[in-house]
Amino acid sequence: MIEAFTQSFMLRAMLAGILVGFMSSYFGVFIVQRRMSFMGSGLAHAAFGGVALGILLNTEPLWIAIPFTIIASIGITLLKDKTKLGSDTSIGILFAISVALGIIFLSLKRSYTADAFAYLFGSILSVQTSDLYVTIILGIITLLTLFRYWSRWAYTSFDRELASTDRIPVTTDDYVLNILLAITIVISVKLVGIILVAAFLVIPAASARLVAGTFFRMTIISIALGVISSIAGLFTSYLFDLPSGATIILVQAAIFLISVIYQKTSAQESI
Amino acid sequence: MNDIAIEVKNLSVIFTRYSALENINLGIPFGTFVSIVGPNGAGKTTFLKVILGLIKPNHGVINVLGKSAGELSPFDLGYVPQIKTLDRTFPALPIELVSTGLNAKWPAAIGKDDNKIIMDSLERVGAGNLARRPLNKLSGGELQRIYLARALIRKPKILVLDEPATGIDWIGEKDIHKIIDEYKTDFNATIIMVTHDWESAYHHADFVLLLNKVAVCFDKPEKAFTEDYLSQTFGHVGHKHEMLFSGRHHD
Repeated sequence: MIEAFTQSFMLRAMLAGILVGFMSSYFGVFIVQRRMSFMGSGLAHAAFGGVALGILLNTEPLWIAIPFTIIASIGITLLKDKTKLGSDTSIGILFAISVALGIIFLSLKRSYTADAFAYLFGSILSVQTSDLYVTIILGIITLLTLFRYWSRWAYTSFDRELASTDRIPVTTDDYVLNILLAITIVISVKLVGIILVAAFLVIPAASARLVAGTFFRMTIISIALGVISSIAGLFTSYLFDLPSGATIILVQAAIFLISVIYQKTSAQESI
Repeated sequence: MNDIAIEVKNLSVIFTRYSALENINLGIPFGTFVSIVGPNGAGKTTFLKVILGLIKPNHGVINVLGKSAGELSPFDLGYVPQIKTLDRTFPALPIELVSTGLNAKWPAAIGKDDNKIIMDSLERVGAGNLARRPLNKLSGGELQRIYLARALIRKPKILVLDEPATGIDWIGEKDIHKIIDEYKTDFNATIIMVTHDWESAYHHADFVLLLNKVAVCFDKPEKAFTEDYLSQTFGHVGHKHEMLFSGRHHD
């Protein structure tokens, strides 16, 4: 077990796992309370379009996927705000466009695209040192939002209108949240994979919701579960040579099951 | 002019396909209780949102406490929304909701000093025992008290309430009216309340605004609640609007 840490790829993966576990489970609480889980799914598929373009252009896919997904995120928020369409419809449209573009980009690349599979399912081996730098920078930004934005996002999640009457800039705050969410999804994709990243955002927060009585506790518990499940999932995935994303998600699912049982038992005890 | 809390001139609000409010002109004096009465879709909630600065009028002006919507501080107004808007899946405690009235942000933790002020506000509305009960476990009447505590903790000069009595039993409603009347007297506050309850509007309000896109009447209850004005507001519904108000309107 210990020798795993002496290998640089595993060290990188573990550090990245802890950071993306923290960020995605932190943003996940807002996703869950605002019923935006489809947004996570939509942005993950937008990331696929970006990754595919990166592969086609023979550059590091992350550098293309980040702006690509940010544009999709702004597009979704704009469509929702400026038209009569609901957010699910806006997400559905940009989701489809991004996947269609991704498929076209990959088909234009005539050579073998093994990279694309790593992005679809997640891989410990795929985390590079440059990815780690981006992750650390975003981790610091996310940590800073805890002080400036958490209480505003929380207030808006509770009641958008009430927050507006207190002059919280709810629309601007939405853009900030959705852009940070887009970047978090892109950098989580390498470990977790495009297919499962939406679940990665939602499960720790949903588990925390079941056991927490206040939104702050929900946030702290969600972050703890996100980090723990990333570490445990990465270890298991390394030991049994399993895809990292799927393993992390199954660890989260086990935690979620325990939360459901805990909630049921404590509800019965209080009767 | 200084005795006017809310001044509205030629105010119109037009949404994409229809106009919600048309050419409203009125002045609400300080320290008065105004009930807004009208049918569904009459623009009552829209009017409250204009006062709160959530909706900008397409035409005309509104001055609240002598300030435009942009200049107004959120602490100048206390707002009690309709409780049906509450998201019951959100993990929150009454003490946290009331703290948003104090600090205009969602709390991570509540300090000792804030805790005392919040508890005083909850005690004032008779909800001290509910401080740490999950919000989603409260009845409509209990929730309404929490929202009222949240609004009153600001000691606002203007208290705005959107159908506070809906879904509350008779005793709860009497109690909430008593708290509002006491607050009005103690702080010389202006109360603006949307209500479907003509009887409570008649007994508690100093002025009644009969609204149906236009301001049909803005006057004292005994002058506003006449067959003619009610017909203009609610339309003819095949029977005479029976006025069953008992007792005198109390000042």
